Amino acid sequence: MSTVTTDPHAHAEHDHHHGPAKGLKRWLYTTNHKDIGTLYLLFALTMFFIGGAMAMVIRAELFQPGLQIVEPNFFNQMTTVHGLIMVFGAVMPAFTGLANWLIPMMIGAPDMALPRMNNWSFWILPFAFSILLLSLFMEGGGPSFGWTFYAPLSTTYSNDSTALFVFSVHIMGISSIMGAINVIVTIMNLRAPGMTYMKMPLFVWTWFITAYLLIAVMPVLAGAVTMVLTDKYFGTSFFDAAGGGDPVLFQHIFWFFGHPEVYIMILPAFGIISAIVPTFARKPLFGYASMVYATASIALLSFLVWAHHMFTTGMPVFAELFFMYCTMLIAVPTGVKVFNWVATMWRGAMTFEVPMMFALAFIVLFTIGGFSGLMLAITPADFQYHDTYFVVAHFHYVLVTGAIFSIMAAAYYWLPKWTGHMYDETLGQWHFWCSLISVNVLFFPMHFVGLAGMPRRIPDYALQFADFNALISIGGFAFGLSQLLFVWLVVKCIKGGEKATAEVWEGAEGLEWTIPSPAPYHSFTTPPEIK
Amino acid sequence: MALKHQPVVVKLCLLTAAMFGFGYALVPLYDVFCDLTGLNGKTSTMAATAEAAIPDKQREVLVEFIARPNNNMPWVFEPVVHKLRVHPGEIHRIDYLAHNVTGRAMTAQAVPSVSPGQAALYFNKMECFCFTQQHLTAGQQLLMPLQFYVDPALPEQFSTITLSYTLYEVDAATPVTAQTATGDNNE
Amino acid sequence: MAKTSYLCWSLLTFLLAFSTQSAEMPLNMTQGVTEISQQVYDLHMKIFYICCAIGVAVFGVMFWSIIHHRKSKGVAPAQFHESTKVELLWTALPVVILILMAIPATQTLIAMEDTSEADVTILITGSQWKWHYKYMDHKVEYYSLLATPRKQIDNKLKKGENYLLEVDRPLVIPTGKKVRFLVTSDDVIHSWWVPAFAVKKDANPGFINEAWTKVDHPGVYRGQCAELCGKDHGFMPVVVIAKDQADFEQWIAQEAAAQAAAKAEEQKLLSMNMSKEELMALGEKTYMGYCAACHQPNGAGIPGVFPALKGSKMALEDLPAHIDIVLNGKTGTAMQAFAKQLTLSEIAAVVTYERNAWDNNTGDVVQAADIAKAQKP
Repeated sequence: MSTVTTDPHAHAEHDHHHGPAKGLKRWLYTTNHKDIGTLYLLFALTMFFIGGAMAMVIRAELFQPGLQIVEPNFFNQMTTVHGLIMVFGAVMPAFTGLANWLIPMMIGAPDMALPRMNNWSFWILPFAFSILLLSLFMEGGGPSFGWTFYAPLSTTYSNDSTALFVFSVHIMGISSIMGAINVIVTIMNLRAPGMTYMKMPLFVWTWFITAYLLIAVMPVLAGAVTMVLTDKYFGTSFFDAAGGGDPVLFQHIFWFFGHPEVYIMILPAFGIISAIVPTFARKPLFGYASMVYATASIALLSFLVWAHHMFTTGMPVFAELFFMYCTMLIAVPTGVKVFNWVATMWRGAMTFEVPMMFALAFIVLFTIGGFSGLMLAITPADFQYHDTYFVVAHFHYVLVTGAIFSIMAAAYYWLPKWTGHMYDETLGQWHFWCSLISVNVLFFPMHFVGLAGMPRRIPDYALQFADFNALISIGGFAFGLSQLLFVWLVVKCIKGGEKATAEVWEGAEGLEWTIPSPAPYHSFTTPPEIK
Repeated sequence: MALKHQPVVVKLCLLTAAMFGFGYALVPLYDVFCDLTGLNGKTSTMAATAEAAIPDKQREVLVEFIARPNNNMPWVFEPVVHKLRVHPGEIHRIDYLAHNVTGRAMTAQAVPSVSPGQAALYFNKMECFCFTQQHLTAGQQLLMPLQFYVDPALPEQFSTITLSYTLYEVDAATPVTAQTATGDNNE
Repeated sequence: MAKTSYLCWSLLTFLLAFSTQSAEMPLNMTQGVTEISQQVYDLHMKIFYICCAIGVAVFGVMFWSIIHHRKSKGVAPAQFHESTKVELLWTALPVVILILMAIPATQTLIAMEDTSEADVTILITGSQWKWHYKYMDHKVEYYSLLATPRKQIDNKLKKGENYLLEVDRPLVIPTGKKVRFLVTSDDVIHSWWVPAFAVKKDANPGFINEAWTKVDHPGVYRGQCAELCGKDHGFMPVVVIAKDQADFEQWIAQEAAAQAAAKAEEQKLLSMNMSKEELMALGEKTYMGYCAACHQPNGAGIPGVFPALKGSKMALEDLPAHIDIVLNGKTGTAMQAFAKQLTLSEIAAVVTYERNAWDNNTGDVVQAADIAKAQKP
């Protein structure tokens, strides 16, 4: 993509400019993109464990048929809050954290364009999630209508925690929008001289497109929750048939947000994989331009497919056909990406460090999630799959072995750059293999359970599903425990370890590998030259 | 530096505001879309004009009438006739019986829905009790009229049209009446 | 090594042994019992095989590359990074494959949208958490509730064969006839699903949806509500019995007669008084079936969601309001109007029960006639 020349003396100078403040104030008042990136990543990790703990409650209840541990009402709160936390608290902040850390370094900028807003967009997040989590302790419990909060279950038939839920989603939305604005302005205005758009690393490109998606759909979500709020408390009837509204309209609005949201959670992952595979194959990324075009077309198509979540709501045939065809079409650009990654590996000289292992697992398992997505797109078959565990399997393959695995890969890949130390490779391999095996024990049998007819979001099930559910739960517990290895590894890596070089990886390309490890507090105060 | 960013930030904020507005715009857009395609089986809330086409005596369509009080609506509510075979283009009139069995005066609104959804485009109501709210005193009974015709342009594949009314109480707690929320389709 | 794997297996069997009560589970989508469900199954398998073939090809190349193009083998990496021809090829090829998939999918979808006239029409209404079936051409309608005893769910009794998939009154349809389902809801969105028919339709409050089926073989077919509809979403199964035409005719005639007789009986009961013991017994049964899901078996409700009856002002003092809310429900809440679901004597019994159970001890006795009076002023 780009060749880089930097003046080695330039860095030494920055190092003793002004370092970070000390103590808690450093983190509260920081406007430094690296500090904020770290905060985002640690926040995401915390939320990952909180959301994960809820998943453990769900799996423990589903371990055997019958009600053992929790009441159905609490079970529904767990599925709801697990979804909300993983989507808005774990995956999205993790990607924003990576964007904060990496985008300025990748485009040769000194920091994000709007550093004070950056501080805000992070620090309102803990409040949003505190509100959401504390609502669980309200009388009647927290939100229990699924993360999709379909009306009228979330309006007339919900308890007062809905108001807190709405407030909390508003804050999350504002945070995401501010983050997205920051990313776009940074990319548009702060690229180093010579860094043309078509020379930007793919991670920057995918985030650029993701940021536009965020700005396009997060306000729509804000609108949807506001309508839910006014329907519930202020007598409007957007979704209430009694007042001339339509509950199906809610689903249209929600999924108009919801489907692009899915791509918000996967496009940055594409960028990460496109950075890692070439490094460990020691070969340039195959089809850079087509990767950019594919990302853009996925983003555009994502606005035309929302109703594939709603085939059973009763649509005319022509609408079902339209949404089926559009959805199938998404397989084309996604396929191009997978083929390009495989072509990048082809005739490379591969090594298999942990980031590469996660990236390879991503390619295989995300593709499996893509296949089940293609099956779900087929309307007549979707009538059988819809709202079963087949769907649960599908989106967990895409989001856990897709998004989360890519975040893991990214963490391993850039940890040495962040901390200045190599992570413990053996421990990392253990983490990878434990995760890989357990995640498949967890999610693969869900395909069968779904095909056999088990609906999703139920706290108890018929006896025929018992064996598989027990197996799934075991996989779930194992996957949860495996993630503790990751925490151990990260702590170890922050504390010490083998000194990392500036380049870290033998085949790594890009501006972030031209500055020392750990990356100095202020990088690129004078822009690097790109030829 | 900040000056350089300002135009972009302003544009992005405007875009954000516009998209929030678009979320709300989806509400009337959806209604327009439904009116055009029959997406959800909503029928027009406006009375159709009487200039019905020439009846197509060759063809018969079965029209079914369903009336349901919602499940916390205590009225008795049912069509006098449950089904009718009609020629497209012919004007028919049927009555629905409403009976307020409670000891208090109540106001109700009937919400129509047609299945299959696309057939809603060809089902024309010239007069309907669903255009207005119904007010019944304690114990009062009322025959409510519906006058309609099926458009002869109804595509061949539709042989049955089901018209369903769900009756809701309009109470003080929900002062917003039909259509004010969705805006565009008042009488 | 052998020892570890032995350990692993014994651990797995040990853990699986926890779920002692289990039944065979099919590993694939059901082929069902209708032409449409068979078509859907075939379509599903077709798409599945195509996906498998693509998977084998792509992953095959990838793993071949992983095995052969590794640094440890001393290979020098190639430097090629684009080829317009190849990239166009793997954009075009998937399009062709997708068109091949879209053709049968479109055919099946159009076959499903058959709008010809049906032989039997049934109105299906979902509500929290039961189904109501009404035969449009017969005077037959009834509610269908989960029949699995509470004790099985709470693990106090051994679970039966059709645990959670059994109802008190299944839907009965004739075989070999086109049966049309009109689906709607009284409160939140539900979804009526019978996998064997490949019918899954959302029940939207205030709107009506339709689906149809034509079952070839008599039998019992089970399904569940598929759309999250609140607390007991997992406990509202669908059971359909398909009978041949003659049996169906006989059944529906009997059912119509029985329902007419029950209505007549109801009028007679008005002049009779039940003893408090009878009322309490019937009341408890009715309460457990219709009220306990929200107000809980102990009358304590779920704070913040469903109000308590134990010690509540209404259940202790205001009798007319108590009867009114059971009869007519409360608009804008989950409280349904039970006038249409229960008989007069059941309502009388349940009100009596609620006023005397769980230390409510008001001593009030409510008779069917009192309910009738409240209903028709």
